Amino acid sequence: MDVLVCVKRVPVTGGRISLTDDEQDIDTRYLGFTVSPHEECAVEEAVRLVEAHGGSSTVLTLGPAVAEEQLRDAMSMGANRAVLIEAEGPGWDGGATAAAIARAIGDAGVEYDLLLFGNESADAGGYQVGIRVAHLLDLPCVTGVKHLEIRDGKAVARREGPGGFEIYEVPLPAVITVKEGINLPRYPSIPGRLRAKKAPVERLHLDAPQPGLEKIRLRLPQGRDKQVEILGDGAAGVERAVEVLRQIGVMPP
Amino acid sequence: MIVGLVEHDGGVVSEPSLQMLTLGRRLAERLGEPLAALVIGSEARPVVDGLAAYGVETVHHAVDDRLDRYAPDAWAACVVDLMGTAGPTAVLAAGTDRGNEVMAHVGARTGLPVGANCTEVQPGDPFLVTRLRWGGSLLEDARLHGEVKLLTVAPHSIQAEEGPAAGGWSVEEFSPALQDTDFRVQVARQEGRPAGKVSLPEARVVVGGGRGVGSPEGFGPLEELAELLGGVVGCSRVVTSLGWRPHTDQVGQTGVRIAPDIYIACGISGAIQHMVGAKGAKRILVINTDRQAPILTHADYAIIGDVQQVVPALVSAIREGKGL
Repeated sequence: MDVLVCVKRVPVTGGRISLTDDEQDIDTRYLGFTVSPHEECAVEEAVRLVEAHGGSSTVLTLGPAVAEEQLRDAMSMGANRAVLIEAEGPGWDGGATAAAIARAIGDAGVEYDLLLFGNESADAGGYQVGIRVAHLLDLPCVTGVKHLEIRDGKAVARREGPGGFEIYEVPLPAVITVKEGINLPRYPSIPGRLRAKKAPVERLHLDAPQPGLEKIRLRLPQGRDKQVEILGDGAAGVERAVEVLRQIGVMPP
Repeated sequence: MIVGLVEHDGGVVSEPSLQMLTLGRRLAERLGEPLAALVIGSEARPVVDGLAAYGVETVHHAVDDRLDRYAPDAWAACVVDLMGTAGPTAVLAAGTDRGNEVMAHVGARTGLPVGANCTEVQPGDPFLVTRLRWGGSLLEDARLHGEVKLLTVAPHSIQAEEGPAAGGWSVEEFSPALQDTDFRVQVARQEGRPAGKVSLPEARVVVGGGRGVGSPEGFGPLEELAELLGGVVGCSRVVTSLGWRPHTDQVGQTGVRIAPDIYIACGISGAIQHMVGAKGAKRILVINTDRQAPILTHADYAIIGDVQQVVPALVSAIREGKGL
């Protein structure tokens, strides 16, 4: 089976976010980059499906030229091919991103059996690219999937729902958006890394569109920075910790 | 007209939907327009009457036998059908899994943009919205365009409040135009959650462990501490990535969100994605060797020291205090 998996380059933010002076972006001068956690699992799922069923996996991203790094990361985990839709600028909201991805899929003329996405990106959190791509290509779409099996040309997908789990069965081809927890992504092997370093990356260029959801500025929420009370060093802090637990009313009777 | 898509669970309106209606009512008041609700499927019948208290003037009730099992695209078709007949200024849903899912389908069907997880909305054309990014660690002010404004309201960003009842009150059942293809994706069956121990989101005490716990075995004392306090163990993303704990224990943006009376965070540095999941904690007690760790800026109390020494000492002290 042929699987496409879509990822997005995002900064590794660590313990505190700072913004650029123009408030348009996170200040990434001292940060590394990765893909959103859900998507890392989507890549792993794609690689596992191809290992189990044969075929090939393609990783696609829409982003700046440097997002090639994330495509090579995915190839070092085992993805076979890579496509970079080079797109800069602020106009890439969920609708524009989905339209570009759907067009790239259509133009490539590859009949994918399965299109995998993360449920939502770590940074923008729009919750819509996978669903919009599904509509543009007239495919069924199950979101938030935490367990996936492919049987008899169908995808059997399980996700959390009100009060328990929901199971969906859809015919392939289909779009599935996954959540972290569906699998434990592997660490790339050294041969995998070497292979990924030399592998070709297919490139497309697109101009920035007019966004429907247009960013004005980013802001940090009002800090919940607190004055922390140091209860003590090492085991010496334990006595006052017990007092705190008693005050809160969580000490056992 | 402002329309709010209302979700319910077993005949009770979900809290995020009530919050969404509260924001929707304020928006409607500013615009001088009525607030309407959309409920879907016959199982929604019990929730209809309670909506008047939130200022809803008309409840549009989509009825079709096929709607008894959740089908995201069919729900979206109901929204689009109502948009065609009622001509709303904006359609709102709660920023839940289902709310965000249905609204994305609506956006795809209509070609309109969707603003997900908004916390503030100012009417106009475009709407000015504030929405959550990075799971709430960052806010974005944005212009939301489109002939009809589509947005979801971030859960727990505002308090649900009842409002003055609208002058008139009516329920209008309608049969939405639905195709068989709208039901291509529909819940085939459901499974209950395993019953038994306290779940992370509901626990009054959560003992979280990070890389500083050192090993899977290092969680033993944390388990003991949690059990003594009637709580449960959680962990950071590093811990699940290392395979020390299952992903179901992970607290954070891509894991579980907790709201305990106290969160005891052991050997956790405090990445923003983790702290987003712990935002609901009333108090945070940190046990960490590093006085400069980012998590200290979120903490109420801290013990500076090694988890592997402090936690067993705390367990003993609690046992003594308890007279064990």
